[in-house]
Amino acid sequence: MSSIEVNGKQFEVDEEGYLANLNEWEPAVGEAMAAAEDQTLTDEHWDIINFLREYYEEYQIAPAVRVLTKAVGKRLGKEKGNSKYLYELFPYGPGKQACKYAGLPKPTGCV
Amino acid sequence: MAVKKFMYVNRKAPYGTIYALESLEVVLIGAAFDQDVSLAFIGDGVYELTKGQKTEAIGQKNFSPTYSALGDYDVNKIYVEKESLEERGLTLDDLQHLVWEDEDEDWAEKDSIRLVSRSELADVMAEQDICLSF
Repeated sequence: MSSIEVNGKQFEVDEEGYLANLNEWEPAVGEAMAAAEDQTLTDEHWDIINFLREYYEEYQIAPAVRVLTKAVGKRLGKEKGNSKYLYELFPYGPGKQACKYAGLPKPTGCV
Repeated sequence: MAVKKFMYVNRKAPYGTIYALESLEVVLIGAAFDQDVSLAFIGDGVYELTKGQKTEAIGQKNFSPTYSALGDYDVNKIYVEKESLEERGLTLDDLQHLVWEDEDEDWAEKDSIRLVSRSELADVMAEQDICLSF
């Protein structure tokens, strides 16, 4: 297993760069993962990342994109509850990329 | 693609074998295909839905909170066999309260669990195109 270094601390990640232990997560880890993919995280990104962490906390899974889209629309407003908005924020796929920054495992059924 | 009726039949206790978790994962993945999905819980499978599961001592992840997410995946027909509950000294109150939100009725919360007798469940099974047993 490989690891990444953030602020002098080591964090284990799997072969696709997902955090091995989600309890170790801190916002700086998300920032560092994003920076490594040339992404800057704005408040809009954090809305989604924080939502994913809360969803995982409650249900023990990362939601499918369809479920994420619906839930974001309900919670953050209809104009944000569509895949265009989410893909603009996370061009590599909202499920894959946002879950990674959130320290969650890859969504179930995500290829 | 024509819509088919899929029923996932859950028959095993939640831990000790991989069946319960595998079934749940297949349901969540399969939900992306917009089919008519229902779940049945019979025999020891009714234990999968019980409240207050604690798994620290067996070193396994407690995946029971995930059943509450099924409504988000538009899986809202969850049949629980009455006789199976009774044979185990359980009632609906021992199970999680699973709900879904009806988008067409301003997100009104509705119950997902349908308590059915063995013979009623047999009728529902007979209507399915595909039954997958776990």
